Amino acid sequence: MECLIGIKGKDFVIVASDTISARSIVSMKQDHDKMFKLSDKIVMACSGESGDTVQFAEYISKNIQLYKMRNGYELSPRAAANFTRRNLAEYLRSRTPYQVNMLIGGYDETDGPSLFYMDYLAALIEAPFAAHGYGSFFVLSLLDRYYRDDVTQEGAIKLLHQCIDEVQKRFIVNLPTFKVRCINKDGITDLPDLRAGKQ
Amino acid sequence: MSIMSYNGAAIMAMRGKDCVAIAADRRFGVQAQTVSMDFQKIFEIGPTLYVGLPGLATDVQTIAQKLKFRTNLYELRENRKMKPKTFLSVVSNLLYERRFGPYFVEPVVAGLDPNTSEPFIASLDLIGCPMITEDFVVSGTCSEQMYGMCESLWEPDMSPDDLFETISQALLNAVDRDAVSGWGAIVHIIEKDKVTTKTLKARMD
Repeated sequence: MECLIGIKGKDFVIVASDTISARSIVSMKQDHDKMFKLSDKIVMACSGESGDTVQFAEYISKNIQLYKMRNGYELSPRAAANFTRRNLAEYLRSRTPYQVNMLIGGYDETDGPSLFYMDYLAALIEAPFAAHGYGSFFVLSLLDRYYRDDVTQEGAIKLLHQCIDEVQKRFIVNLPTFKVRCINKDGITDLPDLRAGKQ
Repeated sequence: MSIMSYNGAAIMAMRGKDCVAIAADRRFGVQAQTVSMDFQKIFEIGPTLYVGLPGLATDVQTIAQKLKFRTNLYELRENRKMKPKTFLSVVSNLLYERRFGPYFVEPVVAGLDPNTSEPFIASLDLIGCPMITEDFVVSGTCSEQMYGMCESLWEPDMSPDDLFETISQALLNAVDRDAVSGWGAIVHIIEKDKVTTKTLKARMD
């Protein structure tokens, strides 16, 4: 039922997530932030089993911060994504697998922006745009049609708004607001929440 | 639906005259939904040795990393390149270690012997039963189609150029009859002191 969306541009990457916290058929909270800061320039958006998402994301986040303290330099987004994958893959074949889907967006001085898609089975893919959940069925076709790799930040936000409108229109579950974060050379910036309909 | 066809893949290898070819599709999907069209399924193990890993994408990545680790250790300890036949045993051993809770991949090995340059192709099942053949091997979600194409197109002692044409046509026409594989293809032609890698334009529907 949850929806995560990520779009990469030339010098930035945008990650968005819906804000509904639901138990079964009941919406319990309407302003839930599903994104976690892994480092100064890496953000991870998580969906899935609600206890698992927080537990796993915080475990990864704290370990990446520990790495920085021990070694004096930060993990690149690619390294952070592979570290996350390895942990998730090892838990997958344990007695207590984490059921967490995620998008990892980050910016690296040498590699530039990058966006990673990973499902609960720990299959890691780098992509120019990606989406998780039922919303992805509507969102991916839109992005296939309208995404350009030279998209500006304003263009990406506009595209994201189109995606959210489509989800609101065609998906029976109500996901009216999305939290949006942009990662670029200056770090992570919180952008205003996107609401379906209003531009 | 079987876990082997959750992500979708098609890989084949063929033997030619003093050369071998290995080819794979490039789709990564979650059941019917295509997520990516540049997913790596063939991995370089040595200068003339490649392995293709069709199956569950997470295990494709895990197995590729574990094989890299084991071959690296072997090369450090022995101070020489691994023979394809030895590598086949490494893969077999790795998979059989998980006999009762397997990794969901059915690998294809293709390469030339580092000393004699003898062509070598083989495939394994998900618990590591090896099969060495003299003509071609196929593995993935459309293995029936791939067998049909290989059976009708392959002939012995093909030149590298002929082998490239044959394996490309065989793979492209096989994946077009499968919903969960295709969306681009990659071919490696392995010769004594040259490896040619080509990405193919495929039907994207």
